[in-house]
Amino acid sequence: MANKNESLGKTLFVVIALCLVCAIIVAGSAVGLKPIQEKNAALDMQRNVLDAAGLLTPETNVVEIFNQRVETRLINLNTLETVDSVDGKSATDYDPIASAKKAGLGTKLEKSNDVAGIGSREDVAKVYFINGNDGALETVVVYVRGYGLWGTMYGLMAIAPDMNTIKGLNFYEHSETPGLGGEIQNPNWVASWEGKEIYDNGSVALDVTKNVTDKAHDIDALSGATLTSNGVENTMQFWFSDKAYGPLFDKIRKGELN
Amino acid sequence: MASAKEVKEVLFGPIFANNPIALQILGICSALAVTSKMENTVVMCIALTLVTAFSNLFISIIRNHIPSSVRIIVQMTIIASLVIVVDQVLRAYAYSIAKELSVFVGLIITNCIVMGRAEAYAMKSPPMLSFLDGIGNGLGYSVVLLTVGFVRELFGSGSLFGYQIMSLASEGGWYQPIGLLVLPPSAFFIIGGFIWVLRTFRTEQVEPKE
Repeated sequence: MANKNESLGKTLFVVIALCLVCAIIVAGSAVGLKPIQEKNAALDMQRNVLDAAGLLTPETNVVEIFNQRVETRLINLNTLETVDSVDGKSATDYDPIASAKKAGLGTKLEKSNDVAGIGSREDVAKVYFINGNDGALETVVVYVRGYGLWGTMYGLMAIAPDMNTIKGLNFYEHSETPGLGGEIQNPNWVASWEGKEIYDNGSVALDVTKNVTDKAHDIDALSGATLTSNGVENTMQFWFSDKAYGPLFDKIRKGELN
Repeated sequence: MASAKEVKEVLFGPIFANNPIALQILGICSALAVTSKMENTVVMCIALTLVTAFSNLFISIIRNHIPSSVRIIVQMTIIASLVIVVDQVLRAYAYSIAKELSVFVGLIITNCIVMGRAEAYAMKSPPMLSFLDGIGNGLGYSVVLLTVGFVRELFGSGSLFGYQIMSLASEGGWYQPIGLLVLPPSAFFIIGGFIWVLRTFRTEQVEPKE
């Protein structure tokens, strides 16, 4: 018995048969469960958007609110024109973060311009326009991201239609130290962003600082997390500047975006 | 078929008498990483128990046909396939937990308990007993993890399963959380404490002085 097992033929047979069986099981589960997984991932992102906009409560029906009140639009940040699809992907399926790194869909940033440390920026932004129950524009939610202490922090920023007043912020993915930099997800700290103004005389004035002097623009930094706080500030400095959302915000503010 | 006594020993032995973490000191890595929240801990325990049980079962079924020259890679293939299936199921049905656990679920492949049981037990025992041995060792792992998770979440964040038990000072309450417990290395201290308590009651586990 033992000898037979050790023969080359038997070894090859066992290994190949095992690989085939395992491959079928793995492939079957991956393919079979994929639709549910994609639905979950999309739902999770919708939840993040509503959370940033302050519309998420335990009773919220995420799908319903999204269908009724949220309009997802793709806007080219260079030409400021609304596009229907990018690279064959509709507004719902488009992933701005993955696109930033692809040739033709993203632009590499020069070191001097790249204050947020993200390497490249997508050409087409995905912007969520959330309407109030009366149908008027209530909140605009945009993606922001930047390098913290350990890795890139991914967030969503909710802004009032004046494109200046912050309504909410949600860092939905990051790898900062739990209890220190990880506090960027702390609801109390996030609440301190509410009502702050992004711009002062046309330039980004948001400041995450130890000494809050300018109550309209300064946010109290996280204690014990200086580098994370700096990262958050740089993220905002980059994304709200002319290199990213600045011109788009001007256009929305003037009501010229159609 | 094995006797009832044997079954009991295989199933419950690993919980205290022959605990894989406390006595054999296997599988420490994931015990550090996933125990900051009870919810994650429970999911990790279930995942590891299932993987250990089923990998033991399948390996035991084909144990007489595995050539010894390639046995480790055969075991790895089976374990890896099971782990991928578990990961896929989690992503489909428990998305928020899967997001936090994803890396560690993948690391079950290299968890020494799974490999250790496959090599030490399933290779020479019948399928049913091997399956029970997998469940038993999974339970042994779970007991330690749940203890660590309980202490870490309760005293590190003042909550259990996400429900606030003790109101935090940072939110206007009275409890000042122990920051160390949120970080992975704290699990070393708790596991150390667990082993100490265990060996106080089961003195036969104490190693002889050299």
